[in-house]
Amino acid sequence: MKTLVDHIVKVGIADLKFADEPMNLRTSGLGSCVGVVIYDPRLKMAGMAHVMLPDSTTAKKDNLNPYKYADTSLPILVNTLLDKGAKRHNLKAKIAGGAQMFSFSSTNDMLRVGERNVIAVKQFLETERIPIVAQDVRGSSGRTIEFSTETLLLNIRTVNQGTQDL
Amino acid sequence: MASIESLTAFQLDVMKEIGNIGSGNAATALSKLLNKKIDMHVPSVRVIDFESMMNLVGGPDEIITAVFLRIEGDAPGQMFFILSPEEAESFVKQLTGIDDFSVIGNPNNPMALSALQEIGNILAGSYLSALSDFIGGSLQPSIPLLTIDMAGAILAEGLLEISQVSDYAMVIDTLIDDHEDEGDPIKGHFFLLPDPDSFDHLFEKLGVNNE
Repeated sequence: MKTLVDHIVKVGIADLKFADEPMNLRTSGLGSCVGVVIYDPRLKMAGMAHVMLPDSTTAKKDNLNPYKYADTSLPILVNTLLDKGAKRHNLKAKIAGGAQMFSFSSTNDMLRVGERNVIAVKQFLETERIPIVAQDVRGSSGRTIEFSTETLLLNIRTVNQGTQDL
Repeated sequence: MASIESLTAFQLDVMKEIGNIGSGNAATALSKLLNKKIDMHVPSVRVIDFESMMNLVGGPDEIITAVFLRIEGDAPGQMFFILSPEEAESFVKQLTGIDDFSVIGNPNNPMALSALQEIGNILAGSYLSALSDFIGGSLQPSIPLLTIDMAGAILAEGLLEISQVSDYAMVIDTLIDDHEDEGDPIKGHFFLLPDPDSFDHLFEKLGVNNE
């Protein structure tokens, strides 16, 4: 999918950004990271988080970027949408990512981080009662995702499995 | 503990020297493998945020061929050997004579993939053996894993350990140059990403003052 560059808000790794119609939100190269889009379909307003790790309590140092962790990034995402006028009961979510890029046979938790990210994101959304209306998670491929605030579709591109709109 | 953000210019120079020693040995190994002159050098050692690291290889969307391995022992960390699709195809051709291997169009050639993995294995092994001699300790590489995918997806995997303590990574980059301006030039990257706890150990082994 080719979209005009000036319509895209880029979301970096461990980052969080917001957009209103007609802007698109895009994040590139999700591996074990999870891209989380939460949006209000009536207001055509969305936020996208690129979550790298599930849990900030495992951090060995303070003052780290809060957008890195599911448990600190997603509350900011939801609260900012509400501050901007979104209605809680309208909020919906689409998520993608959480792949396992390398298949080490190890018990190291770090190597299952994709799966743990997916679980953390889903738990948060369930607690907040935000329905996940589309998802493409796990597997072993990197993904680039782009959310359109106009169509409310999440375009997901992989290297070997083409693209799809969810 | 030395934090990544507060490394001194001198300490970064020491890291650069570590990179030069490792890559010198790897260059010799690669020269023998391809039977031609190969140079490797460390342009700089950088402390950069994660996004900038992706940009070193063309951005998070860029398709790369990467051999990834975990280093265990006295200075744990991760190592990537990265080639662009064209570089990987050129490598395969020079090493095996296979000329229809294409990273994107025709990637399922077991011989070609195994050659790439083996190159990564040999280079990383020679890099690490020079490094472990230098620090007088032991470094054991894990089995190297080959992946072809988006740079962001691959490199983020190597940042997980670091991201527990920092929003920055120290990248010891190595450029490979085979001195061919035309034909099939090979240019690649080595990324060595020491775990945060490894800095103290490395500096101690090398007798570098670490405040």
